[in-house]
Amino acid sequence: MRKLTFNGVIGGGLIGLLVLVALIGLLWTPYDPMALGFTARLVAPGAAHWLGTDEFGRDVASRLMVGARASVWIGCLTVTFAVVCGTFIGIVSGYARGWVDGVIMAINNALLAFPGILLALGLLAVFGANQYGIIFALGIAYTPSMARVVRGAVLSLREREFIEASRVMGNGEIYTMLRHILPNCVAPITVLATSMFGWAILSESALSFLGLGVPPPAPTWGNMLAAGRPFIEQAVWLGFFPGLCIALTLLGINLLGDALRDRLDPRMRGLK
Amino acid sequence: MIKFILNRLVMAIPTIVIVSVAVFTLIRLIPGDPAALMLGDMAEPHQIAEMRNLLGLDRSIPEQFVVWAGNILSGDFGTSIVTGEPVLHLVTSRFMVSAEIVVIAVFLASLIAVPAGVIAAWRQNSLTDLALVGTATVLLSIPTFWLGLLLLLAFGLKLGWLPVLGYVPITENWKAGLLYLVLPVMTLVIHEMGVIIRMARASTLEVLRLDYITHARAKGLSESAVLWRHAFKNAFGPTWTMIGLILGNLLGGIAVIETVFTIPGLGRLMVDAIFQRDYPVIQGCLLLVAFSYVVVNLVVDLLYPLFDPRVVAE
Amino acid sequence: MTGTPLLSVQGLSLAVTHSGNQVVKNVSFNVAPGEIVGIVGESGSGKTLATRAIIGLIPPAVRHTGGTILYRGRDVLAMRDRDLRQLRGGEIGVVFQEPMTSLNPSMTIGRQLEEGLILHTKMTAEERRTAILSMLKRVGIREPERALTAYPHEFSGGMRQRIMLASVMLLKPALLIADEPTTALDAVVQRDVMELMVEMTQAEGTAVLLISHDLPMVARYTNRFVVMEKGVVVEQGLTEEILQAPQHAYTRKLLSSLPYRGAARELDTTRTPMVSARNIIVDYPGRKGLFRKHEPKRALHGVSVDIHVGEVVALVGGSGSGKTTLGRTIAGLVQQSQGEILFQGRERSADWRDYRLNCQMVFQDPYSSLDPRMTIQALVEEALRLVPDLDTPAKRLRALETLEEVGLSADFASRYPHELSGGQRQRVAIARAIARRPKFLIADEPVSALDVTVRAQVLELFSSLQKRYGFSCLFISHDLGVVEQVADRVIVMQDGRIVEEGDRDRIFDAPKEAYTRKLLSAIPALDLNQTGGVILKWRLEA
Repeated sequence: MRKLTFNGVIGGGLIGLLVLVALIGLLWTPYDPMALGFTARLVAPGAAHWLGTDEFGRDVASRLMVGARASVWIGCLTVTFAVVCGTFIGIVSGYARGWVDGVIMAINNALLAFPGILLALGLLAVFGANQYGIIFALGIAYTPSMARVVRGAVLSLREREFIEASRVMGNGEIYTMLRHILPNCVAPITVLATSMFGWAILSESALSFLGLGVPPPAPTWGNMLAAGRPFIEQAVWLGFFPGLCIALTLLGINLLGDALRDRLDPRMRGLK
Repeated sequence: MIKFILNRLVMAIPTIVIVSVAVFTLIRLIPGDPAALMLGDMAEPHQIAEMRNLLGLDRSIPEQFVVWAGNILSGDFGTSIVTGEPVLHLVTSRFMVSAEIVVIAVFLASLIAVPAGVIAAWRQNSLTDLALVGTATVLLSIPTFWLGLLLLLAFGLKLGWLPVLGYVPITENWKAGLLYLVLPVMTLVIHEMGVIIRMARASTLEVLRLDYITHARAKGLSESAVLWRHAFKNAFGPTWTMIGLILGNLLGGIAVIETVFTIPGLGRLMVDAIFQRDYPVIQGCLLLVAFSYVVVNLVVDLLYPLFDPRVVAE
Repeated sequence: MTGTPLLSVQGLSLAVTHSGNQVVKNVSFNVAPGEIVGIVGESGSGKTLATRAIIGLIPPAVRHTGGTILYRGRDVLAMRDRDLRQLRGGEIGVVFQEPMTSLNPSMTIGRQLEEGLILHTKMTAEERRTAILSMLKRVGIREPERALTAYPHEFSGGMRQRIMLASVMLLKPALLIADEPTTALDAVVQRDVMELMVEMTQAEGTAVLLISHDLPMVARYTNRFVVMEKGVVVEQGLTEEILQAPQHAYTRKLLSSLPYRGAARELDTTRTPMVSARNIIVDYPGRKGLFRKHEPKRALHGVSVDIHVGEVVALVGGSGSGKTTLGRTIAGLVQQSQGEILFQGRERSADWRDYRLNCQMVFQDPYSSLDPRMTIQALVEEALRLVPDLDTPAKRLRALETLEEVGLSADFASRYPHELSGGQRQRVAIARAIARRPKFLIADEPVSALDVTVRAQVLELFSSLQKRYGFSCLFISHDLGVVEQVADRVIVMQDGRIVEEGDRDRIFDAPKEAYTRKLLSAIPALDLNQTGGVILKWRLEA
């Protein structure tokens, strides 16, 4: 039953590694990530600096470790924000139905008409380009998707006989919601939240790449990649390694998401 | 059929209204006084007050909205604070640049990825399937701005085959224009292929389990007839919707690609406008992308019955 | 049976590739030209898999491990793909169980029918059209011309199954494999479709391999049948002989699992009824569309029902008859537009809490009526949550006792629904319903999702519990056989109205209404004999 899949092992391994590196980065990095080194500018990867140094002589590996921390932190907070708000809105909407549902979903669908990153861009103009601005902007941008998925799950659960059975037993609406509906929404929420973690990390680095994210000199993968862009020909490692980190993280999340979906999707269960 | 079309058209109206309200609100929420910003640091308070009056900022918010919506409806999107150009013209001309890249990229990606996904599903769990799904997942995980940089380094700088930065409109010089399009389009195609392969595979798998597929086989149809005549059309519906969503999302998310290749598109325009606090332009970009997203999805919806006649009945 | 058989399956074995589990073991049987042969078995008997192998369509997860399938002397399993495709459709046609999913939803009926003709005949377009039109007419499609350009979703289940039949018979196959062809259809429609199929195949000289879980149905239309259990053929022979004197224990078990009529009970019907529904009208509200207001649909047109103390009242009828709506209205899941529902002589809304405590329900689908995230014990205990004067340990004890009563030992308590079989789940659902010791139970098709032998056990359990606790029951079912076994009184419904009602014996022995007779004509009257066999008698339609 609880067999480990290839997807799950590789995906979980990559994400585990990311979190581990981020945690180590809290306590120890090979060099001070902010320390300028005028004698060792644009040093290629080697024994002293594993992943080389940037144009100010800062150690790329150390900065990537600190950047991992920023990515994980932003990803976690954004997902938490979207899950909490989206689940609440979705459940209220799916359970209330009628005009309440109509109004909430009209607003929700309209917000979904803004591509996530665009809505985030607009909101960043309001919140300002910094770590918490990004978290709020992305969190708000992702909430409508979560709300839609949760509402869909609630609506389909409502049709199931065990919800009617609960009504026949005389259980109240709130009790039924908390005892039967919410626990059964956990699977779709988990699957979507996993993907969202990936979207958040990608969007954060894209925004930082555009110069609208976490401002330098604080290192994030996105602004490191942006800073490496002018040096792409003479110091390819500046752009290469941050991008590789983002790609590996996303790969891990996608694989993990597939593994979760296979396990949690009831339609997949029993086929094997 | 006519009812179906009318229904979908009318359903888009509340979305457009709410989108407009959202954009209007968003712009008012941005900290800072546009009037003060337009006049610079040296402005006297009374000059600012005059400017506010001129911009209508001293009126109540609902009043402002009515005036604003009226202007938008009559095609007046205001003028750019920075360059003084009319926003509508600025935004639409930049939009064409982005749309050209995105539409070509999504078209090419679908052309390759949809058959690939169908074949992966048909040969589920075979080596072909594993290879295709594995590749798709890797492609999907590569951030476009990084991929763009690497392609630019390889084909532009090291090999020198393609122009590195900039853009020439196809209408001016189609040969040069095409050359400039290759790298950004290739970047997007590679990335979106990953998404579309996975979607096409998943929806084909769903369909292949159904009884009518077994029935088609039991009729004596060849595997290719079963796959393309029976499975493909039914499986393409969800993929088609997905392609619409991708198209809309790319229009909003193309800013990074335009930054990598320094293309004067809509995304770059909006980012620059945010830096310069050029409110009318930000607003124009938001509205245009959201409207085009609604329109793309409307078109996708209206064409959906081609793949599944059941939706009209509901 | 003389001459060479049309189809000869010899020692066929199939195994799941992944685990090596044998799912079909050493199966042999023959079908002669023009003959109708049945295969009877419950789920997991391997009957469907064995017949899929005949047309070379074994699922990829299953491997052929032994035996041969000879069609007109040629080994199907050794055929090249191209020859196999000639065989499929052209020589051997297949009708599947699910009419709702076995036609391609995005292709017109005309094109789907034409496909086979293009593939297997040399007809011109004009000839094809004529052939399709006359075939559609033959299977009873009213406007064949219009049907050509229509899509499957525009037809009802029964009509779709007719179209399927048309699509297969159009090619005049020598063998028709019918896999549960009528299981998904309404009882009344079932018989029409079956008879159409038999008539058409007999006229064309097509042999039929009829696969079903429904032993009486198979017995009715075949001269020979095969009984399968867990991948093995346990018995085969002439229908008459097997029914008369079954040799294998499993066949005897199948036969004894058929619903039989128990002795009529004497009930005191002079007291105030447990539940009375008076003139119930239910309207499903019309949706307000954008351009057109959908008219509300009336599901019940003023229906009255009394259920006396300790009485089991059966509600029968086809789909759309309103029987489920009436049950759900009495359960309080649907709000009636008019009419009142009395519980022990008082309007139930006078004390909802009391009504809720005393009125419980068992649902049809044991896969969706239990919350997948709760353990069996938690599920039963939840039913006791609102029962006053019962502390937590007492509730726990009562839950375990009740599980024991429905035949589930204590080690089931900590399991989850997906670890249980369908029959076990339905036992849990029953335990949950009776844990409160309700005075009144509504059972909505409680056994129709279950296999024949399991169904018999669950019905047995239901009857014994009913006797022990004496609850009144509204038993909703489309299956008259089941009703004959459990009901004291029967109410027949059609189109939201009561057609006929009366004591069970009266309804079954002397039905007055044509609709009741039509329903009854679909089920056999059973007499058990000494040798463990049965005599099936069919009630003829007047």
